[in-house]
Amino acid sequence: MKHIKTVVKGSLKEKKEKTGCGECQTSCQSACKTSCTLANQRCEKKIR
Amino acid sequence: MIHTFTHNGAGFVLDVETGSVHMLDGEAFEAVRRLEQIEKDGGDIDAALKEGGPLMEEISALKSEGLLFSPPDEDAGMPESVVKAMCLHLAHDCNLRCDYCFAKGGAFAGRRELMSAQTAKAAIDFLISVSGKRRNLEIDFFGGEPLLNFEVLKETVSYARGIEAEHGKNFRFTVTTNAYRVTDEMKEYINKEMNNIVVSIDGRPHVHDAVRKTAGGRGSYARVAENAKALLLNREGEYYVRGTFTADNLDFAEDVLHVADMGFSGVSIEPVVTTGANAIKEEHLPAIFAEYDRLAAEYARRRKNGSGFTFFHFMVDLGAGPCRLKRVRGCGAGTEYIAVAPTGDIYPCHQFVGKSGYRLGSVYETGLEESVAKRFEDCNIYNMEDCKNCWAKYYCSGGCAAANYNINGDIQKPYRIGCEMQRKRLEIAIGMAALERMEDE
Repeated sequence: MKHIKTVVKGSLKEKKEKTGCGECQTSCQSACKTSCTLANQRCEKKIR
Repeated sequence: MIHTFTHNGAGFVLDVETGSVHMLDGEAFEAVRRLEQIEKDGGDIDAALKEGGPLMEEISALKSEGLLFSPPDEDAGMPESVVKAMCLHLAHDCNLRCDYCFAKGGAFAGRRELMSAQTAKAAIDFLISVSGKRRNLEIDFFGGEPLLNFEVLKETVSYARGIEAEHGKNFRFTVTTNAYRVTDEMKEYINKEMNNIVVSIDGRPHVHDAVRKTAGGRGSYARVAENAKALLLNREGEYYVRGTFTADNLDFAEDVLHVADMGFSGVSIEPVVTTGANAIKEEHLPAIFAEYDRLAAEYARRRKNGSGFTFFHFMVDLGAGPCRLKRVRGCGAGTEYIAVAPTGDIYPCHQFVGKSGYRLGSVYETGLEESVAKRFEDCNIYNMEDCKNCWAKYYCSGGCAAANYNINGDIQKPYRIGCEMQRKRLEIAIGMAALERMEDE
């Protein structure tokens, strides 16, 4: 019997060359003005 | 590093360095939580895993696959510092006098003034000049109340649109307004031209009116609610109704739900950051955590029955979130995001405008003051002592530099009570997203 179910395999260790394009929205331009949350922003490449 | 937590009766573990999330049964939760403690104490995880048995073998397999107990990358890299977003303070004046306003009624502790069209256009030119290869450039029309300077807003949009193609740029506009005075012309124009609209409403009428008052001291709710509905309810593009809760309304879930019940689909209610009379204190945290749980239960129920809305702080896209480099340095204040005062002076973000020692330059000069910019480059989760061992570091990225400064006098010293609330919201957000994924499968 399996005790653990993987919900998502995270991508934070993606190759550096594929990341950091800087084209995504700046968090303060969405709705955050004081309680910075980055993880709720979208990757520009994955929106397309 | 790993982090175990529960949400809605289910157990989860987050693998911090990869962002992998696993759901655990009761036996696995206890075992992984024990391993988490061994890791925190600097013990030997592999030795513990050698105890054997099917559960330990399962955990070992995940570790071998790089999905649990993943080590940090030694060569993870740093994001480039290229400015591509600008908060344009069209008006250092406001038609409201909100009690908690960091801009001191719109004047930012200076004199009341509007930005000229000349300065706004110089700001657009400056942004293009420093944005390098970045194609998508963002402008947030901000204040005070930016619609007090609507003619300059229009002129700025027209100017930027007129030159973006020749520079290979794409401007995206946001307006942040209190919606106290919005004419029919403004409604039509900003719905057409703005990529995002942010309107400030704090929730229930008595909560809103207690703090968001006119210069004459009257509440602004009735007029703002009417204008906001007319502005947003038929909008097809992105928008948020955002507000602030304080120690005076710790039942803030009612305010979030009130805004959703007004028909708005994008909602953000943030905790106030202040040392004033209605500040959030340590003793308020248990009530706030319980309120977030109560909100989460109703939020999930509405999403399931098709009447859902988006609560900004419960949004985490487990599959399509930002890359690691984006998460290293928070909002990018002072490195990819700057604010421009009506005089043309540049600051790291809207909250630093007018603060001594934080002027970065002027749209009438070239480049940015390196010593100030360097302080914000260094403000990242690799350098911030309190963040290095925090499981939430890739989700809040060190928090808001202005909040850190306002509470602790140091942009690198996280606002601890803010961190506590952030971690609570993130457990809910990750837990909810995980449960929704499991149900979809």
